[in-house]
Amino acid sequence: MKHFISIADLSRAEAESVLATSEQMAATQSRSIRKLPTLVGTTVVNLFMEDSTRTRISFEAAAKRLSADVINFSAKGSSLSKGESLKDTALTLQAMGADAVVVRSSSSGAAHLLAHSGWIDQPIVNAGDGTHEHPTQAMLDAFTLRRHLGGRTGTAGLDGLHVVIVGDILHSRVARSNVLLLSLLGARVTLVAPPALLPVASGDWPCEVSYDLDAALAQGPDAVMMLRVQRERMIGGGFFPTEGEYARRYGLSEDRAARLPDHALVLHPGPMNRGFEIAGSVADGPRSVIVEQVANGVSVRMAVLYHLLASNAREDAS
Amino acid sequence: MNDAAHTTAVLGSDEIRRALTRIAHEILEGGHGADDLVLLGIPHRGVPLADRLAATILEAEGRPADRLRDLAGSLDITLHRDDLRRSPTRQPAPTVIPPGGVDGRTVVLVDDVLYSGRTIRAALDALSGIGRPAAVRLAVLVDRGHRELPIRADHVGKNLPTSRSERVQVRLRETDGVDEVTIARGTEGSTRA
Repeated sequence: MKHFISIADLSRAEAESVLATSEQMAATQSRSIRKLPTLVGTTVVNLFMEDSTRTRISFEAAAKRLSADVINFSAKGSSLSKGESLKDTALTLQAMGADAVVVRSSSSGAAHLLAHSGWIDQPIVNAGDGTHEHPTQAMLDAFTLRRHLGGRTGTAGLDGLHVVIVGDILHSRVARSNVLLLSLLGARVTLVAPPALLPVASGDWPCEVSYDLDAALAQGPDAVMMLRVQRERMIGGGFFPTEGEYARRYGLSEDRAARLPDHALVLHPGPMNRGFEIAGSVADGPRSVIVEQVANGVSVRMAVLYHLLASNAREDAS
Repeated sequence: MNDAAHTTAVLGSDEIRRALTRIAHEILEGGHGADDLVLLGIPHRGVPLADRLAATILEAEGRPADRLRDLAGSLDITLHRDDLRRSPTRQPAPTVIPPGGVDGRTVVLVDDVLYSGRTIRAALDALSGIGRPAAVRLAVLVDRGHRELPIRADHVGKNLPTSRSERVQVRLRETDGVDEVTIARGTEGSTRA
């Protein structure tokens, strides 16, 4: 792997290899000394052109636990807010000696552009690009599912598991990355959303699509992933009639959660709108692995940085 | 694969067994009962060697064999290596520390071949992140010389003088289906650590 841009670039073997490394990274995080010398001497730049708290902090923690130096470069308070182009930013980062760039942008394709433009030679990690992909989030979701439900599959993947992803699929890079990764690992995925919040192309994705949450939950899924309704991207409105109706039809209420099989998990990539797409009692309930997802995010991002930086692959690839 | 004509068998299955039995008794003669000991194998072939030493120690002390996991574990060094950027991505292996931990106990690191000493340096580094043993010892099946660091083994199955161009290969039942140590005349420097 030279870059980590899209789940579509990964083979199943590569995805399983990153998950296996994540498992070892997670093990190191329960030791008395959690810091590892693995990436000492390398510099990771977090280039965040869109607001993000948990993903930036997660990448920062991951890089620091591996002893990399971290430079945070965010839109506010940088030359990006003065209108500097992505190209000039990339040339600056290259000149400053960045060994890897973690990029978050509201523009779909920004990470791909950075990786393939020739402006910068270093590995690029996509930390979310517009409504396209958020591959490390999908990896941490798959990692969380595998930790809890891996015993049911008997494989290194998620074979035979059924995962229902509910909510604002249209604006969700998390949904797209998850559909690709979970199906790559052998799981069956059902997307549930009101028609206006489903992308037109989702018919071609390796998943089933439903408008009826209760019908999907009646199939007894192994996990339900609730997505945040991204109101900041709903310019013009008209995606659903009222918040109350959305919550009634597509929210994970206590009553709906109670109908799930005993072993079923509830996931949410955060940040949550409690009481809207998910009831507070469900988010805090025994099925919820939402806090664990955050902890697993650090382990998975350590693994991704390790796979990109701790080898001679870059010399071989060039 | 190596040309059979250039490969010499150095140790067979009986000799490996005898060497491990002797090392197990040396470890016990060092004054450590099984209660104060932790044997940590370095992946991949150090792990089954540590298990075999632990089984022999339990037997010698007349303890039940099912206590093996209290005595033996594994210590992965991948994330502590100093040569990660010289090779393709290495997959980290599990580290398994016995439930009693390493603090205040004598840790015996176990590996198949001692060569440059860099693996052991990384293992000492990895160990310091896990706890503070009372002492650390090193047991290896084969010491082939050519140290690059001031490191020596406390227990050696076989001292094997080699040239750097030769390749020492340890094969074990658990990982390779057969117990043997061979030496192959190579044309270029072996990277075996």
